[in-house]
Amino acid sequence: MRLAEAWRVAADALRANRMRSLLTMLGVIIGVASVVLLVAIGTGTKQTVEQQVEGLGSNLLLVVPGRLDVGSAPAVSPLTLQDVEAVGRVVGDPARVAVTVASGATVRAGNRQDFTTVQGVLETTPTVFARELARGRYLTRSDVDTGRRVAVLGDSVARVLFPDREAVGQQINVAGVRFRVIGVFTPLGQSLGVDRDDEVHIPVTAAQRLYGTQRVDAIAVKAPDRDRIDDLGQRIVAELNGRHPGTEFSAVTQEQILGVLGDILGILTGVLAAIAGISLLVGGVGVSNIMLVSVRERTREIGLRKAVGARPRDIGVQFLLEAVLLTSIGGLTGMALGVGGALLVAAVSPIPAAVTWWSLALAFGVSAAVGIVFGVVPAQRAGRLDPVVALRAE
Amino acid sequence: MSRTLGPVLGVAAIEAVDVSRTYQLDGVSVPALRGVTLTVEAGDYVALIGPSGSGKSTLMHLLGGLDRPTGGRLVIGGREVSGLSAPELARLRNETIGFVFQAFHLLPRTTAVDNVALPLVYRGVGARQRRERAAAMLGRVGLGHRLDHRPNQLSGGEQQRVAIARALVTDPTVLLADEPTGNLDSTTGAAVLELLERLNAESGVALVMVTHDGEVAARARRRITMRDGVVVADTATGPGGVGS
Repeated sequence: MRLAEAWRVAADALRANRMRSLLTMLGVIIGVASVVLLVAIGTGTKQTVEQQVEGLGSNLLLVVPGRLDVGSAPAVSPLTLQDVEAVGRVVGDPARVAVTVASGATVRAGNRQDFTTVQGVLETTPTVFARELARGRYLTRSDVDTGRRVAVLGDSVARVLFPDREAVGQQINVAGVRFRVIGVFTPLGQSLGVDRDDEVHIPVTAAQRLYGTQRVDAIAVKAPDRDRIDDLGQRIVAELNGRHPGTEFSAVTQEQILGVLGDILGILTGVLAAIAGISLLVGGVGVSNIMLVSVRERTREIGLRKAVGARPRDIGVQFLLEAVLLTSIGGLTGMALGVGGALLVAAVSPIPAAVTWWSLALAFGVSAAVGIVFGVVPAQRAGRLDPVVALRAE
Repeated sequence: MSRTLGPVLGVAAIEAVDVSRTYQLDGVSVPALRGVTLTVEAGDYVALIGPSGSGKSTLMHLLGGLDRPTGGRLVIGGREVSGLSAPELARLRNETIGFVFQAFHLLPRTTAVDNVALPLVYRGVGARQRRERAAAMLGRVGLGHRLDHRPNQLSGGEQQRVAIARALVTDPTVLLADEPTGNLDSTTGAAVLELLERLNAESGVALVMVTHDGEVAARARRRITMRDGVVVADTATGPGGVGS
């Protein structure tokens, strides 16, 4: 029998049992749609996080106590501003070193208030992290040296506290202490549902007084030379280890952070895809089941076809194509639904979703393969039927 | 009605020598055929009779290449059946045998012309030629006006005519009919029988018919009677019959 003819016969058989074909496809449709959708969400998340890390600025080196690794708990920082000066000497340029000591705090202005992240920083932050101001000015060296109570607001904090007037020049109250607003950042937008403009920068010295601490959470260095960034990191770690025996420090580059985040998100995407894959598998079992029913129902037809000259292979191919057609149509429908769902998720929710070609190709390939794998047994059974027995079937 | 119209006279279409068929049922050997020797000549018109359980159906299946004997020699269309693989046997059926069943065995939801064309599908004939040949064959059985009707839109007699057209569309040398009138009323049955006889006379296809009906059997030129898995009588009854 010609292949085109076999396709036509398979399509006719599916059309003859529309409802059953549809319900059988549904399993594959749901499976493929969830694979496409979940992989899209995983990929979208990964891309967003990567963009964010890259958006921090180039040649960045983050120095933190403890190890930066999957599964390690953050350590309490023993770092102080003296350590920051030492790091500045290692780098050779204190302007390339930024710090942060961060805490959540309630910020008030008049009768309006906002709970936000208050970061104690050096005046070097805009240089190291490539941040820009929309209005006013950033902190200066003298602000830091004198622990002046001045603040630079993130865009959303400014909007919440001063919805209808200019924030720069106004007074705010951070954890009971008054600060003067000297600048507002240009907005960064949202990512992963987190508002990146929900922050307030104050001089690190003022922050330490406010929180009653000498510590610095982390140090960031903008390396002058990309090629020697690893060497610089090692020298910084060596210096800090000398100053704090018994504490481990890590200096990680953006590439390393991306690598770690990529690993985590890759695992996440894999797990999501595997869960979706299970539903695809269940859909495949449904196909197998229906094909076995179909073979039994059409035993007489198989007998007749054999009597008029169908070879075992002709019959097997006919049923195999039926299964493949079932899962392929289901796969294409599932792909369309998955892509539609991903676009919808990306449009109406903060969850990013990026449909990738490989996930579509994989989903379609897998659904066609499911048809073959789960169609083979029923097809073989059909092909091997004894024509005499088959013709006698009720 | 004379068989001198047949194209290849005297050449055996099917030759069975001491053919036996034993089934294994739960480890017990059940002999259905116990040494049958017979020859079906081209253009023959044979009635195969006998009580149920006598082995008629088993013999029919063997003669049609649907089954292989467990003993003896069976040659269909010049080919020894026991040496053929399943695909080769399928091809042999396609090329030399036409089947007509008591229950018609038409594909539901499939038009008359597509039902008739089915054997040509497995012969690799193109769609247009299939339809032409099937339509012509339906014309010969008097259903030229019913090409695109489905089985459920046809009467029993018409359905059996479609089945006969399907059996003959490949130009087989032997037409095996298993109780072809068994599901039909007597008038329709007689018409179907006349059609089979006419086709046997016109095209020279050998007609082998299993029947319970004595009247039907009486019209054949040759009657083979079976009992307990053996042939007990093989007699020429009509003009030009091929007696044993």
